[in-house]
Amino acid sequence: MRARRTTLVAAGAAALALLAACGGGTSAGSGDTEASDDITVAATDTTCDVSTGDLDAGTHQFTVTNSGSSVTEFYVYAEGDRIMGEVENIAPGVARSLVVELPAGDYQTACKPGMVGDGIRNALTVTGESQQLSDDEQLQAAVTDYTRYVGSQVTALQEQTQAFVDAVKAGDVAQAQALYPVARTYYERIEPVAESFGDLDPKIDARENDVEEGDTWTGFHVLERDLWSTGDLSQSGPVADQLMTDVDDLATQVQTLDLQPLALANGALELLDEIAASKVTGEEERYSHTDLWDFQANLDGSQAAVTSLRPAIAAADPDLATALDSAFAATQAELAQFAAGDGFVLYTALTPEQVQGLSDSLNALAAQVSQVPAAIAG
Amino acid sequence: MKLSRRDFFGAAGVGAAGVVALGAGGLAVGRAATTDEGTTTADAVEFHGDHQAGVVTPAQDRLHFVAFDVITDDRDQLVRLLQAWTDAARRMTRGQDAGPVGAVAGNEYAPPDDTGEAMGLPPAGLTLTIGFGPTLFRTADGTDRFGIADRQPAELVELPAFAGDELRPEISGGDLCIQACADDPQVAVHAVRNLARIGQGLVGVRWSQLGFGRTSSTSSDQTTPRNLFGFKDGTDNLKAQQPATLDRFVWVSGTGSWMDGGSYLVSRRIRMLVEVWDRQNLRDQQQTIGRTKGSGAPLGRTAEFDPVDFTAQVDGEPAVPPTSHVFLAHPTNSGTAILRRGYSFVDGSDGLGRLDAGLFFLCYQSDPATGFVQVQRNLRTDKLNEYVQHTSSAVFACPPGVTDEDDWWGSGLFG
Ligand code: HEM
Repeated sequence: MRARRTTLVAAGAAALALLAACGGGTSAGSGDTEASDDITVAATDTTCDVSTGDLDAGTHQFTVTNSGSSVTEFYVYAEGDRIMGEVENIAPGVARSLVVELPAGDYQTACKPGMVGDGIRNALTVTGESQQLSDDEQLQAAVTDYTRYVGSQVTALQEQTQAFVDAVKAGDVAQAQALYPVARTYYERIEPVAESFGDLDPKIDARENDVEEGDTWTGFHVLERDLWSTGDLSQSGPVADQLMTDVDDLATQVQTLDLQPLALANGALELLDEIAASKVTGEEERYSHTDLWDFQANLDGSQAAVTSLRPAIAAADPDLATALDSAFAATQAELAQFAAGDGFVLYTALTPEQVQGLSDSLNALAAQVSQVPAAIAG
Repeated sequence: MKLSRRDFFGAAGVGAAGVVALGAGGLAVGRAATTDEGTTTADAVEFHGDHQAGVVTPAQDRLHFVAFDVITDDRDQLVRLLQAWTDAARRMTRGQDAGPVGAVAGNEYAPPDDTGEAMGLPPAGLTLTIGFGPTLFRTADGTDRFGIADRQPAELVELPAFAGDELRPEISGGDLCIQACADDPQVAVHAVRNLARIGQGLVGVRWSQLGFGRTSSTSSDQTTPRNLFGFKDGTDNLKAQQPATLDRFVWVSGTGSWMDGGSYLVSRRIRMLVEVWDRQNLRDQQQTIGRTKGSGAPLGRTAEFDPVDFTAQVDGEPAVPPTSHVFLAHPTNSGTAILRRGYSFVDGSDGLGRLDAGLFFLCYQSDPATGFVQVQRNLRTDKLNEYVQHTSSAVFACPPGVTDEDDWWGSGLFG
C-alpha cells in the first residue's frame, strides 16, 4: 500500500489562487497559461453551435453567447461527465467566456438551456501531447477541479439569491416562488461545504423543527413558509436581507476553502445521504414541495465531486469508475422521469411506487459511492 | 440541513496512520472467539445439509423476517448476490462476521464488511432460511426478468383470498425472503441487516417483521410456549421427531425439480385484538381455542399431550366445540397437517389506545394448496376469527439445503 499522507493535505495555495481568479462565472481549468484562441459558442433554446470540434492540447477560451430566451449554462465534459470547465447562469442576450486547459482526449461540450437535463451535446476531440498525471497530481487536480466548481456555484448562488431576495422584497409572490428552487439549487449542490462553516448552514437552511426554542429561525425555509403557507411577504424583508448577508458571508468564507481529496469523496456520499434523509421523504420542502429540485442539486454536487476524482478512481479501481458512471446515470434517468418545464413536478405528485423507485436507485448509487474513499486512499 | 456526522474538512492528517491498519483481513476473527461467555460453536446450527436449517430446527426464541424486492433485472447480478449472501449466511450462522475482513479490521476509509453490532455475541442458534416468491419468476405483468419462468413450480402461486382478509399490499408478497431465527434478537437483526447491506442497489427491503417470542415448538424436547392469548401454542405441531410425517407433509420430494428437498413457506401477519380477547370470560376463551388455558389439555382431557377426543361429551355437548380453533385445525377435520413456526409481535400501538399486537404466523408445507390453504379454508367458521385480522400475506418456495462450501442458495434454480 502506498503512503498517501502528503496528498491528503490541502492542495493549498494553487487551489486558492485559482479560486480567487474565478469570479464572475468565468472559470479556468487549471494553470495560468494564456488561451491562444477564442472558440465561439452560439447558444439558443434549441441549439449549441461550437465553432470547432477539434483542438490541440492546451489552454483554450470559449465564448458563449446566449441568444435564446432562457438562462443557459455551458460545460466541457471529459469521460464520465467529469466537468473540465463550466459557465453558469448565462442570461439571454449575454456573452460569457470560459478558459479551460484540455489535455489530449475525447470530450463533450454541452449547452443547458433552462439549466436542466443532459444539455445539447457536441463531441470535442483534443489531440497532441497528453501527459500522464501521477497519483498525487491526479488527486491535486481533483481538489483544484472541485474547488473551482464550488467557486462557480457560490457565485451563481449569490446572483440567484439576490434575484430571489429582490422578488421577495418587491412582494412579488409568483416571481419569488419561481426563483426559490433555482436559488436553492446552487446551495444544495455544495451543502457539505456550507455545513463546514459553523453556523452558516443553520442560518441559511434550517427548517422550523431544526431551530431550538429561544433561537431565531432564519433563511430560505422561513421565506418558503411565507411564500407558500401564508402568502404574506409584508414581514419578510428583514429575513430576506439576512439571507443575502449570510450567502455573501458564505462566499467570503469559501475563499479560505482548504479541501482534502478524501473530503471530496466523503462529501459526495454525504450529499446522497442528504437526499436519502430528507429529499426522498419530502421533508425538506414541506411548504413548496420542490424537493426534487434539491434532489437534482444534491445529485449534481455529488457527481461533481466524484467526477473530479474520476481519474484517480479509474487508476485505482477501473471497475468502480465505470460502476459509478452507470449508477449516476441510472439515478439521473430515474429522476428525469419527473422533469417538468425548467424543473420538476412537485413531490406531492409522486406515487409511493415512484418514491420507492427513486429510493432504490439512490441506494444503489450510494453503495458505489461509499467505495470511493477507500479507493483513493488506498 | 442537518448536523453533519462526518467532518467534511477534518480529514486532513488522518492519512497514513489509519491506512496502515488495512489488510489485516486474513485473520477473519470469529465473533464467538471474542465472547465473554466463552461460547463455543456448540450453539451454532449447521448451515449445510439436505434441507435448509430453520424449518425443523427447534424453534429459536426470536425472529427477524424480511421480504425483498429485486431491483436489478440482470440475472448475473442476482446470481452473484445469492452467492454473496450464501457466503455471508454461512459465516454468520457460525458466529463470524458477515464478511471476511470483519467489522473493525478493514481499511479505515471503506465501510466495514460487517456492521458490528454482533461483536462479542455467540452464534445464538442463528438460522437463515431463504425463499423465492412467485414474482421472482414472473412479475405482476408477466415479465420473466431472469429467464426462470419455466422453472416456476406449479405449487408456487399467489394465495387465494380468504374471508375476512384485511391484507395491506405494501407489507405482503415479495420476490425473496429471509427468515432469520436466533435465541438473541440482536443476532437475528444483525444477520438481516447485513444481508440487506450486501444487497443494496440490487434488492430493496419490501417489508420486515420482528417476532419477540416463539409461538410454537418444533421439537418434542422443547417446552410449549404461550401466544399472546395466553394459550400454549405448538402442542400438536409437527415435530422434528416425526421424520415420516415431515417427509409427507413438509418436504417436497419426487418432483425431479430443483425444489426436491425444499419446502413452501406461507407467512401471515395476524393482528390479535388482545383488548377484546381480554374481556372474554375464561370459559369462552377455552371454548374458542378448544383447549384449557392452564395445562393446554384438550377440553375433556387432563394433560397437555393427551390426544384430542372429538367424541367426548360434557353435559350432552361436544367437549371440543365444532367451532373451536383446535377442532377445525386438527388433521382429523382439516384432512392435512402443516409445520407451524410463528412468532408473537407487538408493533407499538394503533392510535386508538390499543396494542398493535399479534402472531406472525409462519408455516411450512410440501404444497401450499394442500397445506395452509386447506387448513385456513376450514377455519372459515372458527370462533377465533372474531379476535384476529390477517394484515399481511406471502408465499415463498424455499429451496433445499446448501450442501457444502461450494454450493449456494438457488444453485438448483439458477445453475
Ligand atoms: C392469531 C391466530 C392464531 C392463534 C392465536 C392460534 C392459536 C392456536 C392454539 C392455542 C392452538 C392449540 C395448541 C397447538 O396444538 O398448537 C393452535 C393449534 C393449531 N393451529 Fe392455530 N392459531 C392461530 C392461527 C392459525 C392459523 C392461521 C392456522 C392455519 C391456517 C392455524 C393452524 C393450527 C393448527 C393446524 C393447529 C393444531 C391443531 C391440532 O392438531 O390440534 N392456526 N392454534
